[in-house]
Amino acid sequence: MESALFSGLQGLFLGIANLSLGQVIMILVGSALLYLGIKKGYEPLLLVPIGFGAILVNIPLAEMMEKDGFLRFFYDTGVLTEVFPLLIFIGIGAMTDFQPLLENPKIILLGAAGQFGIFLTLLLALAVGFDKLDAVAVAIIGACDGPTAIYVSSKFAPHLLGAISVAAYSYMSLVPLIQPPIMRLLTTDRERKIVMGLVRQPVSKTTKILFPIVVTIFASILAPKGAPLIGTVMLGNLMKESGVVDRLKSASENEIANIVTLLLGLCIGATMEADRFLRAQTLLILGLGFVAISLDTAVGVLFGKLMCFLTGGKINPLIGAAGISAFPMSARVVQVEGQKYNKKNYLLMHAMSANAGGQIGSVIAAAVMLSVLQGMGIIGG
Amino acid sequence: MDTWTFGWTLALIGMGGTMLVLWILSLLILLIKKLFPYRPEEPAAKKG
Repeated sequence: MESALFSGLQGLFLGIANLSLGQVIMILVGSALLYLGIKKGYEPLLLVPIGFGAILVNIPLAEMMEKDGFLRFFYDTGVLTEVFPLLIFIGIGAMTDFQPLLENPKIILLGAAGQFGIFLTLLLALAVGFDKLDAVAVAIIGACDGPTAIYVSSKFAPHLLGAISVAAYSYMSLVPLIQPPIMRLLTTDRERKIVMGLVRQPVSKTTKILFPIVVTIFASILAPKGAPLIGTVMLGNLMKESGVVDRLKSASENEIANIVTLLLGLCIGATMEADRFLRAQTLLILGLGFVAISLDTAVGVLFGKLMCFLTGGKINPLIGAAGISAFPMSARVVQVEGQKYNKKNYLLMHAMSANAGGQIGSVIAAAVMLSVLQGMGIIGG
Repeated sequence: MDTWTFGWTLALIGMGGTMLVLWILSLLILLIKKLFPYRPEEPAAKKG
């Protein structure tokens, strides 16, 4: 009886006995993510489940990511199969209004320039020693688009998924802090004061319905490996614009998006096991992610300057910063920054066009990247 | 293929390809708008 009592009591202390320093640190990291999400309001929809998942997976002996574990099941069925990010994309498409872009289509080019940070960061990642596919996954943080980063990293570097996702979502929420100094550094006072006229070109409903269909067919044929990314965003948008499947649209942007966001967040957190996450490589990924988003902003603004020059000063280069995918946060940053220099300047609608271009641009950039990788024989056909 | 050939190839084709695809998309949008122009009797396009 005594030994049975002793063994039973011992069982209660097994967790403490097996708790490593790394796990303690990761539980603190998870708690810090919870703090950022709850107290500071940084991407709470993602950081709360991610933070909690990070805590759960670092509880000793709980074995949640072992075979048949609770989190392993969702990770294998939703993340490794890439289903979760794609379901999120349908919701994003259903929530996105591309009208500002359709009103002013030439601005879409800023959405391309805003992705150049991805490719420049790829070179940096290779330079610091990441292997080819790991470098691709790290560089995609520059898409400034969480689901795209998760899609690409779960495909090619699932061991880096936790660090890449945390970097992607953290920097997206820090866009209002990261972008303004770069915008000021690269523009002159005169450029920042440029007033852009009001562009109001109403768009027909037919155009809005045809847009997602045309984009899907055209872009997917050019970059077939990216068809799942492009197709899901555009399916969501088609449901929104057609107006005939309100129930599906509503489910995509509410119930499905919410459930998948919760499970995806938990799964990302579940990849943050101490022995995988506490490496110098994680710090490198966080650093490169910051560089990627800074480069996106810089190239976007520089391209804005080029458009300003080519149009005889009609385009305010600040809107180039909105060519990234952080929608609509980046457009708001441009509006606030523009008004600091000219109170009568309303850049918001122009920046929204660039921002919508950035949303498409990030998906297209990832699709192009996947197709080029396929063409080079780096990934299978 | 060595690392740098890989990196520069992907970077250059990636940037050029993204720009090209989006430029063609902008032309397609203009074409669709020409083919299906907004008519005033249509209900005003909603802003989200």
